Amino acid sequence: MSRLTLLALQVLVAVVVLVLWQLFSTVPVFGKILLPPFFFSNPVDVFSQIVKWFSTGVIWKHLAITLWESILAFVIGSAGGILVGFWFARQPRTAAVFDPYVKMVNALPRVVLAPIFALWFGLGVWSKVALGVTLVFFIVFFNVYQGVKEVSTTVLDNARMLGMSERQLMRHVYWPSALSWMFSSLHTSVGFAAVGAVVGEYLGAAAGLGYLIQQAEGVFDVAGVFAGMFVLSAFVILIDMGVTVVEKRLLVWRPTVGVGRE
Amino acid sequence: MEKTGPTAVALDNATVAFRLAGGRVYTAVEKANLAVAHGEFVAIVGPTGCGKSTLLNVAAGLLRPASGTARIFDKPLAGLNRDAGYLFQADALFPWKTAIDNVAIGLEIRGTPRTEALKRAQTWLESVGLGIFAGRYPHMLSGGQRKRVGLAQVLIRDPKILLMDEPFGPLDAQTRQIMGNLLLELWNADRKAVLFVTHDLEEAIALADRVVIMSAGPSARIIGDWRIALPRPRDISEIRMEKDFHALHREIWSVLKDEVMKGYVQSSQAGAA
Repeated sequence: MSRLTLLALQVLVAVVVLVLWQLFSTVPVFGKILLPPFFFSNPVDVFSQIVKWFSTGVIWKHLAITLWESILAFVIGSAGGILVGFWFARQPRTAAVFDPYVKMVNALPRVVLAPIFALWFGLGVWSKVALGVTLVFFIVFFNVYQGVKEVSTTVLDNARMLGMSERQLMRHVYWPSALSWMFSSLHTSVGFAAVGAVVGEYLGAAAGLGYLIQQAEGVFDVAGVFAGMFVLSAFVILIDMGVTVVEKRLLVWRPTVGVGRE
Repeated sequence: MEKTGPTAVALDNATVAFRLAGGRVYTAVEKANLAVAHGEFVAIVGPTGCGKSTLLNVAAGLLRPASGTARIFDKPLAGLNRDAGYLFQADALFPWKTAIDNVAIGLEIRGTPRTEALKRAQTWLESVGLGIFAGRYPHMLSGGQRKRVGLAQVLIRDPKILLMDEPFGPLDAQTRQIMGNLLLELWNADRKAVLFVTHDLEEAIALADRVVIMSAGPSARIIGDWRIALPRPRDISEIRMEKDFHALHREIWSVLKDEVMKGYVQSSQAGAA
């Protein structure tokens, strides 16, 4: 299948879904509207809502807030994950002691932490960042831990025989290996940073995409909810494309760029 | 056996044992005595799983003998063997470094300035015939090319001893011969002491000054030591046609054959158990 055909077919799916949605929500079938506008709105209304947001410029503030929260959550979570991942991988005893607690915290659904974070950090940016950090941290941590642990013993022996000191091993062997594992999960962790931000906003905030959706829901503005969802999807896809560019540049040495691990 | 210089590698009564799960002890190599003179090319041949690589790892300092000693240039070996370069059987290049960076790293970690290290790495890549592949990552190179980079990576540090663990094992027959000739050519330039492990007797005879035969494991022993007095410089593919080569091969094979059969029976029993 050529790229053009593929793109045409992909667009076709969207067009068909939108047309059906519009038809069923406006034109009665056997005297009955299958998708009542109160529950499902319709594409035209949703689209005009999106246009309104962008033309008045309200949306930018919310997008900027969500983006900022995602970035902070990603950076802080990754830094923590890298540090602790390295530490645990190089100190098996520490890792063994903390192992049950790491598993316990990781098993916890993060949503239940949101109210606590709101209490601790207030309704501003930082409670959302904290939520995102708890999500990003574990993905990065597990990957870095694996990456350091699973350096090929032959490569390690070779590095030692070439005369590398412990510090040089860190820089030339463990670090690149850990980074490659971390980058293979980059899509997942960046996505989770955004999820943390949006869920946090949804549960209590004064700005952001999650807040926008929650506000619309509060007044039964279904068109607003759908509009918020579409903007959010587009936002995440754009970030993801950025990640792909970064990944391609940083992992040139890999035979194939790894798929994200969950 | 006459000695031509100081002994580069000497193993005295080296016994290597591993503790298995369940507390049992597996003796891989028992009381091995082996001396490699300075400038000598020694090949170790033995059946699969006889502990050839174990012996090499002892000489490298990656393994400690349970009893007996390893001496390098008449000094007892403590820790890693800093005089040795080790060419591994499996891929040992750093996959995140380009060919030239893989070669240069041996100098860089020693403190050689990067530009200088890169310049010398380029020269080494050229001498293994990979000058134009400097910017490639290992996964973009063929198995034979990766071995060449590995050879350059080890040799750029100019080690006094070269340890090689079936380095050409994974390669196809033609590439092996080409690599063998390249190795001899490079070795001929400064005659390092070489300890070369292989399961291929023909390769061993074609390359080495001495061929050492090991018995089938466990508790493998050194059971034979032949001097290969074939003239140098040699061409790996041509030397195999010569009468002296055949005579030596027949003689050594008569000893090795029994061990290979023993090793085969043991490994198939272990597989069935």
